[in-house]
Amino acid sequence: MGEEGLREKAIILDAQAMRRMLTRIAHEIVERNKGTKDLVIVGIRRRGVPLARRIQTKIREFEGIEVPLGMLDITLYRDDLQTISHAPVVRTTEIPVDVDNRIIILVDDVLYTGRTVRAALDELIDFGRPRSIQLAVLIDRGHRELPIRADYVGKNVPTSSREVIAVNMEEEDGTDCVKILEMDDDEGKE
Amino acid sequence: MRMDDKRDLLDLESLSSVEIVDLLDTTRSMRQVIDRPVKKVPALRGKTVANLFYEPSTRTRLSFELAEKRLTADSINFSTSGSSVAKGETLRDTVRNIEAMGVDFVVLRHGSSGAAHFVAREVKASVINAGDGTHEHPTQGLLDVYTIREKLGKVAGLRVAIVGDIAHSRVARSNIWALTKLGAEVVVCGPTTLIPADVELMGVTVSHQVEEALEGAHVVNILRIQQERLKSNLLPSLREYALQFSVTSERLRVAHPEVLIMHPGPMNRGIEIAQEVAEDGRNVILDQVTNGVAVRMAVLYHLSGGESLLPVGLEGVA
Repeated sequence: MGEEGLREKAIILDAQAMRRMLTRIAHEIVERNKGTKDLVIVGIRRRGVPLARRIQTKIREFEGIEVPLGMLDITLYRDDLQTISHAPVVRTTEIPVDVDNRIIILVDDVLYTGRTVRAALDELIDFGRPRSIQLAVLIDRGHRELPIRADYVGKNVPTSSREVIAVNMEEEDGTDCVKILEMDDDEGKE
Repeated sequence: MRMDDKRDLLDLESLSSVEIVDLLDTTRSMRQVIDRPVKKVPALRGKTVANLFYEPSTRTRLSFELAEKRLTADSINFSTSGSSVAKGETLRDTVRNIEAMGVDFVVLRHGSSGAAHFVAREVKASVINAGDGTHEHPTQGLLDVYTIREKLGKVAGLRVAIVGDIAHSRVARSNIWALTKLGAEVVVCGPTTLIPADVELMGVTVSHQVEEALEGAHVVNILRIQQERLKSNLLPSLREYALQFSVTSERLRVAHPEVLIMHPGPMNRGIEIAQEVAEDGRNVILDQVTNGVAVRMAVLYHLSGGESLLPVGLEGVA
């Protein structure tokens, strides 16, 4: 749908704030897991992937270790496939290592209803039996519809359901920033 | 694929190159699902597929069944022997009865050209043509093009030779539509009696000399020669055909050194394809079979989806 019918309300993160936040999350991940042993970072397409890659880079910078990076396309696991008119594009899922007994850091841009994460958990578990799965998100905007919470949060942003969080990333959108947009009418939400 | 309220895959002739490329891209993602430890995704959970095969088929039927299982659809199978068809039921009545049981998809293989189009008009379920007479076999066309694209990295600009019984081949027709839409140069080759009149109108060139057709070819797709063609006097003998048109290592020397050798199966070794070519390292016949499952998953997935007009995925927003 793009950004038609949406009005920009505020920029809540700029490039520098985003960079600092990812640095903090990368440190928290290493601290909580007492190092990088068995870690695998898995980004949820689309914007979880560049975020995951940046966290991987940060960890390499201060730990000198390249943590394996995967990407997950959850389309085939969505719970709303029956209700959308055109089948959404399915991109590939690439998990470069065996996930058995690994610690998976699942990365996404925005945590909202929790349905995307539910789909991601189901898909990951089809690849094996990780020791644990932890969730890292840039923005937690509330409004959960499932009992899911994040282990690492960049920023909690209370929102109304008429608002939309737009995460722009250099790799996908040419610039790094996070905006709050407001819908002109009550169009569907994700 | 008609993109109105009901979606069918009846032929490749009516698809745009964009729709074909979309299906090929989805196929790549499905191919990756097949390689996972758990080879199953829940995308078609709760959907039911009826596989109606009015002609014998092993490969295509198994391939569709597997694709349905990989997507978690339920399937029911119907073949003509021992069924109500043997009791004289018409195709229209059969499909209406099966639809009344609540199916979402009908996969149809039938000996009459146009059967899938006919059924699509009769039922609300999405219809997938699994081969209709001498008309089209769209999923075979897609899997052949997918295999070429994966192996050679592109389709546009390639020279593809299709050798065999072009006139009676739905595989040839679907291949020609897909290949020409994606910008390949297609040459068809076979005896005059097995080349349809005006085939050039489909955007291909014709050759009656196999060496000429294979010259510089990046791909050769070898079609099965059926014994029935002897009965209708279109061929003097299989030996005569093999002498003139069998694809042999010797004849392949003029092709591109990395030529892809394809065959939709089942092969008549020593007739349309020489024994040594059937074993040649450049043949991708088994890749075609694997890709067939992924292509059918992609087609089923694309045809699914509800009636509502909710916007699809707010990309970049959540």
